[in-house]
Parts: sequence; structure tokens; C-alpha cells
Amino acid sequence: MGGGTGNFLRALAASKGGLIGAVLLLAFVLLTAAAPLLPVPGPTQSNLRARLQPPTLSLTEIGAHPLGTDNIGRDMLSRILHGGQLTLAVGAAAVVLGGVVGVLLGIVAGYRGGMWDRVLMRLVDIQLAFPLMLLALIIAAALGPSVRNLIIVLALTSWTRYARIVRGQTLAVREREFVQSARAIAASPWRIMTRHILPNVMTPALVVATLELARVIILEAALSFLGLGVQPPWPSWGRMLAEGRTYMASAWWIAAFPGLAIMLTVLSVNLLGDWLRDYFDPKLK
Amino acid sequence: MIRFLLGRLGESALAVLGVVTIVFIVTRLLGDPAILMLPVGATPEQLASFRAELGIDRPLVVQYADFLWNAVRGDFGRSFQHNRPAIEVVAERMPATLELASSAIALGLLIGGGAGMIAAMNRGTALEVFVMLLALLGQATPVFWLGLMLILFFAVDLGWFPTGGAGTFWHLALPALTLATFTSASIARLLRSSVIDVLREDYVRTARAKGLLPRTVMVWHIARNALIPVATMVGILAGELLGGSVITETVFAWPGVGRVIIQAIEVKDFPVVQAGIMMIAVTFVSINFLVDLLYGVLDPRIRLR
Repeated sequence: MGGGTGNFLRALAASKGGLIGAVLLLAFVLLTAAAPLLPVPGPTQSNLRARLQPPTLSLTEIGAHPLGTDNIGRDMLSRILHGGQLTLAVGAAAVVLGGVVGVLLGIVAGYRGGMWDRVLMRLVDIQLAFPLMLLALIIAAALGPSVRNLIIVLALTSWTRYARIVRGQTLAVREREFVQSARAIAASPWRIMTRHILPNVMTPALVVATLELARVIILEAALSFLGLGVQPPWPSWGRMLAEGRTYMASAWWIAAFPGLAIMLTVLSVNLLGDWLRDYFDPKLK
Repeated sequence: MIRFLLGRLGESALAVLGVVTIVFIVTRLLGDPAILMLPVGATPEQLASFRAELGIDRPLVVQYADFLWNAVRGDFGRSFQHNRPAIEVVAERMPATLELASSAIALGLLIGGGAGMIAAMNRGTALEVFVMLLALLGQATPVFWLGLMLILFFAVDLGWFPTGGAGTFWHLALPALTLATFTSASIARLLRSSVIDVLREDYVRTARAKGLLPRTVMVWHIARNALIPVATMVGILAGELLGGSVITETVFAWPGVGRVIIQAIEVKDFPVVQAGIMMIAVTFVSINFLVDLLYGVLDPRIRLR
């Protein structure tokens, strides 16, 4: 990180997009994490007497539903906050899992070269020849819908991007003096890869991770929308949208708000990711 | 040039082989069709004979070799659901998907290209900020949500367009716009930064210095070079588009391959899932092959590598 955390934060504060993205994302994370503590009804708690209530601004009223209720009277605000918890957690888990696999394979391909490199990069090419949405779709259909499988599917669509960039970075780091001298004192390849190369490829990997988080969130919502993601009754933004479809003509808010939530979250992650990319290395993309 | 062509052709063939392999492996994970297709009370003997009939009781290697050979001939078996060749079920939906995807690409190039140029030519103005803000929003908007909102507003409330189905230009408008949003946004952002990069090049300064008309410089020096990264991007975006068409087709009840795949997954109609995915993957690989050729035309340096 060059000039340390202080410089990093100063640069972030001075940027427009990066700062907006970071603040929005932080707000989302805190709000969704604190969802169980907020004075809203449970996300799965239905109230048939309060079905399909429109959004209201009279927040002072006890038991008001600021974002309205759905077809069985569940509070939309609560469902969006709890759904967001899941979306962010699943997205983060998938990005970390895909990242660990991608970074390791990228380092191995770059450092070992030869067969390792050819086979791994060929695998990356083949997978990139497959529209990600379709790959996610058939794997999700094959494994069956569950949160664990969702994370695996999303991670599987993600590792290639890390592997590519980390491999390139490794090729450059491999020739530097500190790696050469480690090799001269007979450090094991594993030690060189984990101790000397890994720290030097973490920055580009972090940038990829941020941009991937945005992509993974949209993909997760799409899979859940198609019924291949998170299962009811637990709320997920994609599913809520699918459920809202039926009532769209009479109750637009059921489908509208989850979509807005997805859009704002992805926008904030993208803003932050773009800024990170420019900050660390304008040549990365 | 011939070497470049052959090399790219070989890579494309390898990519298709990879896709066939992935499809084979994954569809073997999809579940046992015998249990799904036969009534609940079927005896083990009935199940076994049904599996033998489908050929899924043989060793995996044999099944794989068979699958490869059949895939080459376009034979993915008969659809369980429609009881006719799966490839037929998919092929008759392909024109609809191509119509939607190519409209979206054209619309994306038009909107995104225009927006990117406008932004690059008006650096530092409010117009640039506005255009780029729109592009950022476009990239963050989930396709299915945008589709639903467009239906709600333009079809349900205003009644200007039909809510779904295909047939006329009016049916095509909303799904094409939905699908083109992400593409337009990505192209706009890429083209803007690419034009800005090219503007700094020495050859642009030289061209201007020797008194060429601004329009000549724009077309021959700036646009031509700035389009190179966009050409690659279109190849990548084609994947997003074909993938996104699955969702757009579902939202708009558009009778394309994507919708058939989703319906087939629901009833575990393997042959149709396989045929559909292969069809889209081969289309995607072919598009990227063509894009690479175009790339060679735009930038002669590529051919020499």
C-alpha cells in the first residue's frame, strides 16, 4: 500500500466516486448487519390483516411499514434488510472462496510455468468460452438450490479472473531480486510462493475482488430470481423480485424496492472498485 | 495471416470441446432421469431397463465418447418432454434469441458508442459527468428488474407496448432495450477512456499538425484506434448478452433458447438443456472467433504475433 493507511484514506476522502461508494457500502453493511436489532417486524412474520399495504411516509405511526408490505403482509423494509444480509454474506463468501482458489492457481501457474501454466491457463480460457450465466445456471440446477451451493457456483464463475491477473503479476515478481535470493538460499517453492510472491500479488487481487463482488451480487440475484438460489421463506432480493412479479400491476413496491436495493449496492461496490483500481494501478484494466 | 487464422480456429475448437465436456459432466450431476420420468411405484427392474434404454447405465468413458460423437453430429437425444429430437426443439427457438441478442448489440453499440464519444469530446463538462453517471447506473441495474420496471411503466401503465411475447417490432422493443442497457453502459465507459487515451498519442498530434481536417482525424486516427478495445469488449459482452437473454426471455416470455433451457431445467429434460447450452456456447465461441478476425483487420499488429 505504498504510503500507508493514512495516505490511502486521504486519497479516498479526496475522490468523489470512491468516497461515495465506500460510505454507501459501509452504510449498507452496517444497516443489514444491525437488521435484527432494528425496530422492524421479523422478515418472515406475516400479517394477513396488513396485506399489500403501499409504502408510507407516516413513520410516527406505530406498526407503520415505510416500504409497504407484500402479499401476505410481511414488512418490506425488514425483508430488504435481512435479504441484504444474506446477499452481502453470500457475495463476500463467494468472492473470498473464488479469490483463494484463483490467487493460488494464478501463483502456481506464474511461478511454476511450463505444464502447470499451460494446463491452468487453458482451463481459464475454456471456462471463459462459456457464458458465465449459463455455467452458473447448469451448475446451480445440478447441485440443487441451497446457500452453500450458491456460494460454490458463484465462486466457480469467479476464480478465473483472479487467476489471470495474479499469474501476470507473478511473472513480473518472479524475476525480482528478493525472489532470486530466496531461491539462491534454497528456500522451498512453497515458501517462496507463500512468503515472497503472495504478499506482492495481494493488491491486484483485492481490486479484482471488489469488482467481482458487484458481479457476483447481480448473478446471485438473477439465480434467486430464477428459483435456483436462496429458498423461501428466507428473503433474498432476487426471490422477492420474482414474488413481486405476480402483483406488479396492483402493488409495484414489492418488485421495485428489492431491485433498487440491488442497484444501489452494486453501484456503491463498483464506485469503490473503480477507484481502488485507479488508485493502485491505472494499467490494470 | 493463415497461421493466425488456423491458430484461432484451433483455439475455438478446443473451447467447444471444453464446453462439451463441462456440459457432459454437469448433466450427469443433474439427477437420475429414470426416477423422475417413471411413475413413483416403478420396480427396480423397470428403472434398470429404462436406464438401459437411455444408455445411462454404461461406463462413463463410453458415455462420454458417445456423447462427443453425437454432439459433433448435433444429436443430443430426444426431448423427454416433447418426444422429438432435442436439437430440433432448440434450433427452432434460435432465430428468436439471435434476433433479440443482435438487436441488443446494435442498440448497445449505438447508444454506448454515442454516449462514450460525447463524454470523451466534452471532458470536464457537466455533460460528461451526467453521461458517465448514467453509464454507472446502467452497469449496476439488474437485467430482470429493469425488464419488470419497463413492463410496469410502458406496458401496464401506459399500454404502449405488449407485456410479453414476440412477433412484431413492438414486442421486440422492451426486451431489446432491457438487454442493451448493460452493454451500452459498458461500451460507453470503455470507449470514453479509450478515446481519451488515443487523443494523447503522438500520431494524433502529428495528424492535426499536418493540417488534416478534424473530421478526418476523428475517423481515421481516433475512432479507428479507439474501437480496438471495444471490439474485444463486444466479444466478451456477447457472453453477457447470451447469458442475459436467458433472464430477459423469461421476463418477457420471449420464445427463445434461454426460455427453453429454463423450462427444461425445471422438468429435468436433459437433452434439451444440453442442446440449448451447446447451441449458445457454440454461438458465443463463433462470435469471439469473428471478433478476433475483425481485430486483425482493425489492428494489423495483432496478425504478426
